[in-house]
Amino acid sequence: MCSAMTEAAHAPRASPAVVERRRQRLLAALAIPALALLAVLFAYPVLRLIALSVEGGSLTWYAKALGESLYLEVFWITIRIAVIVTAMTLVLSYPVAYFLATTSRLGAALGFALVILPLWTSILVRTYAWMVLLGRNGIVNKSLIAVGAIDEPLALLHNELGVIIGMVHVLMPYMVLPIYAAMRRVDPDLLQAAEGLGAGTFRIFRRVFLPLSAQGIYAGCILVFVLSVGFFITPALLGGGRVIMIAVLIEQQVRDVLNWPFASALATVLLVATIAIYGIAQRATGERTGAAT
Amino acid sequence: MSTRAPPSLRTRARLRRVALGLVCAPIFAFLVLPLVVVFPLSLSSAPYLQFPPPGLSWRWYQSYFGDPVWIDATVRSLVIGATTTLASLAVGMPLAFSLVRGRYWGRTLLDRLAVSPMIVPSIIISVAIYGLFAKLKLIGAWYGIALAHTILALPFVIIILGASLRGLDESLEQAALGLGASRWQAIRRVTLPEIRPSIVTAAVLAFITSFDELVVAMFLAGSQMTLPKKMFDNIRMEIDPTIAAVSVLQILIITIALLIAQRFGRGATAMAVE
Repeated sequence: MCSAMTEAAHAPRASPAVVERRRQRLLAALAIPALALLAVLFAYPVLRLIALSVEGGSLTWYAKALGESLYLEVFWITIRIAVIVTAMTLVLSYPVAYFLATTSRLGAALGFALVILPLWTSILVRTYAWMVLLGRNGIVNKSLIAVGAIDEPLALLHNELGVIIGMVHVLMPYMVLPIYAAMRRVDPDLLQAAEGLGAGTFRIFRRVFLPLSAQGIYAGCILVFVLSVGFFITPALLGGGRVIMIAVLIEQQVRDVLNWPFASALATVLLVATIAIYGIAQRATGERTGAAT
Repeated sequence: MSTRAPPSLRTRARLRRVALGLVCAPIFAFLVLPLVVVFPLSLSSAPYLQFPPPGLSWRWYQSYFGDPVWIDATVRSLVIGATTTLASLAVGMPLAFSLVRGRYWGRTLLDRLAVSPMIVPSIIISVAIYGLFAKLKLIGAWYGIALAHTILALPFVIIILGASLRGLDESLEQAALGLGASRWQAIRRVTLPEIRPSIVTAAVLAFITSFDELVVAMFLAGSQMTLPKKMFDNIRMEIDPTIAAVSVLQILIITIALLIAQRFGRGATAMAVE
């Protein structure tokens, strides 16, 4: 496009093409400070980290990460937790999104506040609160004992269950919002048409509404899954050192063991997995995030 | 939908609404429960976690305000947050302009690069920058953390400003130019006022991103505590209700930031949906 305009620049006077080219050069220059910052503080450090994992030209550290059962177990736990968290988040979020999309304006405003408030509350505050709630002598156990539902406190903390509860709580807004957005795009006329054609409530939901909101479900699941896989704070605190997810392992390798090459290999595997999931998801939906698109 | 429906259908619709409400009520409770719990805890008189609190006292707030380590950490986080906000707007606004209006080669790639810190797990960014900063002897420097936070805040700034700029009618600017304004005047007098609500929203988001950030700070802070790092250490080491008082104060600070966004920006809901 730019070159096509350059052809026209042979015209006399300060032609629009020249002005446009000058403008484009200026616009490109505006990106330079951000580009420099991203290059120095993001691209370079990440590439440096990746390079560290293959230092000496060998794949020893990848063999260790993906070969030893101890570390394979970490990958397995990470994926398992991410899958469970994604599924549970979806189950809890779908009715909430449906409620928000179909209720009165006041109800929707209130509901939104309840969904968004946690999103903007420090993840540390929320994780701390879950420790208070789920501990051996925590509020949940005490209440259950008080009403006679259980005799012995349940183990809700420092295990996978605690981590999953905490993560579902943190990630729910990321599922509710895309599903809600998709539901709002469903044309009410279509539902009315289905009703007019004699379809029952359940049938309308299953054959019309659900497929039309599928895009939001898909986007929410990808987002929640990818965020789950790289999660650090919640497993580190609610897991009590017993639930080692990949991000926790990377932190240990860097800070406690000081094994940089191994940590780099683990980080590279995590990075490649994350990008791959996003790449596949984007190819499937054709959706992109960014300023220009 | 129900206005023209026969009464039996209307009753069924109402029943469905009630059923949906019954399903959603416990889920909403699950969402707010952890936020509600910290308030009574922060006012507890017991030196350990006990619920319900045996008595009320301000001692955990006093313990927060009386401890220079907590106050230092809070001030440092506020300074880092403010710096991050300014820095991410300073580089993010020109970048958003450039990405939306520009038609140069590599623009899409740059766009992807700039939003990718949102997608790349923070542990990777943290470890990567930690490696670099350790070499540059920047561990423990507050501005080092602010620079790293700027990378994390940049995606929010360019997505919000990008959306706003794309929705802008460029002919207004053209008209200003046609009336003899310089390009800079046109941007300052026409474009900037138009996108100001989005700038406020982006600023608030950038601030929260930094003020709340733990993982990067954990690696880069060294012995210099930020508020989230101090909270993390406190939660890990000892469960002391001071953290509940801090939690309440943090909820208040974030709420104020969001109210600012609601009043002068495009609103918390719009922010979240984006």
